[in-house]
Amino acid sequence: MSLQTLVALARGDKAADRVVPPTGFTARLTVFAAAVMAFLAVFALALSLAAGRLATSWGDELARASTVRISAPVGQVAAQTEAALRLLQQTPGVASARALSEAEQQALLEPWFGPDLPVSELPVPQLIEVTETSKGYDAAGLRLRLQAEVPGAVLDDHARWRKPLVAAAARLTVLGWVSGLLIAAAMGAMVTLAANAALSANAQVIAVLRLVGATDAYIARAFVRRFTLRTLGGAAVGTVLGIAAVALLPSGDETAGFLTGLSFRGWHWGIPVLVPLLAAAVGFAATAVAARRVLGGLS
Amino acid sequence: MIELDNVAYSYGGGELLSELSLQLAPGSFHFLTGPSGTGKTTLLKLCYGALRPTAGHARLFGTDVRNMDRDAVALSRRRIGVVHQDCQFLDHLSLAENVALPLTVAGEAISGQDQNLRELLGWVGLTSRANARPPELSGGERQRAALARAVISSPEVVLADEPTGNVDWEMSQRLLRLLIELNRMGVTVLIATHDLQLIRAAKSQVPARVLRIVNRRLQSAGVDL
Repeated sequence: MSLQTLVALARGDKAADRVVPPTGFTARLTVFAAAVMAFLAVFALALSLAAGRLATSWGDELARASTVRISAPVGQVAAQTEAALRLLQQTPGVASARALSEAEQQALLEPWFGPDLPVSELPVPQLIEVTETSKGYDAAGLRLRLQAEVPGAVLDDHARWRKPLVAAAARLTVLGWVSGLLIAAAMGAMVTLAANAALSANAQVIAVLRLVGATDAYIARAFVRRFTLRTLGGAAVGTVLGIAAVALLPSGDETAGFLTGLSFRGWHWGIPVLVPLLAAAVGFAATAVAARRVLGGLS
Repeated sequence: MIELDNVAYSYGGGELLSELSLQLAPGSFHFLTGPSGTGKTTLLKLCYGALRPTAGHARLFGTDVRNMDRDAVALSRRRIGVVHQDCQFLDHLSLAENVALPLTVAGEAISGQDQNLRELLGWVGLTSRANARPPELSGGERQRAALARAVISSPEVVLADEPTGNVDWEMSQRLLRLLIELNRMGVTVLIATHDLQLIRAAKSQVPARVLRIVNRRLQSAGVDL
């Protein structure tokens, strides 16, 4: 699409626009379809971006963090914790290791048991947060050493449960983008159908225009501009509604719950602005192709 | 200007026109006659590029239509005014907008108050109907509107296909006078009609050449006209 075409499209030609009769049903159909598709596209975008953030977040943590759980009789917890910390500090590939405080452990359990849980009175295992260096540590070797020196210690390197989740989140990201492409294709198909219907319904108008010397480019332009603007308008409405719906979703940390993190963050709120523009581009291309084909077929 | 050179046109397996040659010289006046179904409309369509000959050469302003794409044909139509018997209009536009359509598609902005447009509507006696929609017009008014539309862009040629087919004798005479007036202004005119009375009436006012399609071929009409 050349700059000249864009300028002509934006500026319009009132006289040329009037030669094509208003087509109420196809006009409403195009606007409605564009609005619905844009609404869905915003959701697909939010889903994709949220899944991407989740995959990155989980991936980072997977790469860097692990936990050692000390499950020992109450009188031995402190000693075993200290032993585990010593062992961890001597382990190559471990950047740091620290025992979570009672308050931190309480905060972890709070979503399930509420804020008044007396952690100190319950046989809750002591957790040690382990941060790895970029090279990482030998998990199998560490497990064996912990087993020998700290019998109540269990190493959880998170890989077992986070790897499939990271893979799922990554695939969800791809699915979001594929959904976006499919939505664009479906929008293109719908605009093509509506443009075909409008062009076919106006065969007599086209015949009159040709009789008086209208070129195919002139006739096509009148239809293309109309359908592009309809698509743009419908998609703009759908995008605004989609953004509003996403904004109204419950907010929260996406690592705490994916559904509460299904929103835009920071500058990502600006990305949906592209949806109406892309929709208009799809509408433009679809109508231009339909017009070329229909006008070529009409004698 | 417009030239058919040994042209044939076949449709549906049958040859409708054969070995047909015609030259429309500048300022000439022609009648094309013959019974219904002999190919008068087809010949007119060959003259403005709506149809392409299946053999021979049709030249519009010196260019063979075989070498012209649709847009080139469309542009050549801006130099040819066409009036059909079943004159079609854009029903959502006013009569004035319909008449101005050739200028509109050529990118010339024109308003309903444009002096030339008002004069043209006055010439065909439709000033008072300028804002009417085509479905509100009578047969005679539609024919005169079609003629006005055909000439608004000052064409070099006017091709009229049975322009008086749907109107009474008085209106036929009025349309004929308008076409003769155009011819006196230098416009080449070709009228396809089976109305011999109209041709006789015209011949007393303008030196017209009368052609007849007989057995798929074009002949000069005899003195019986």
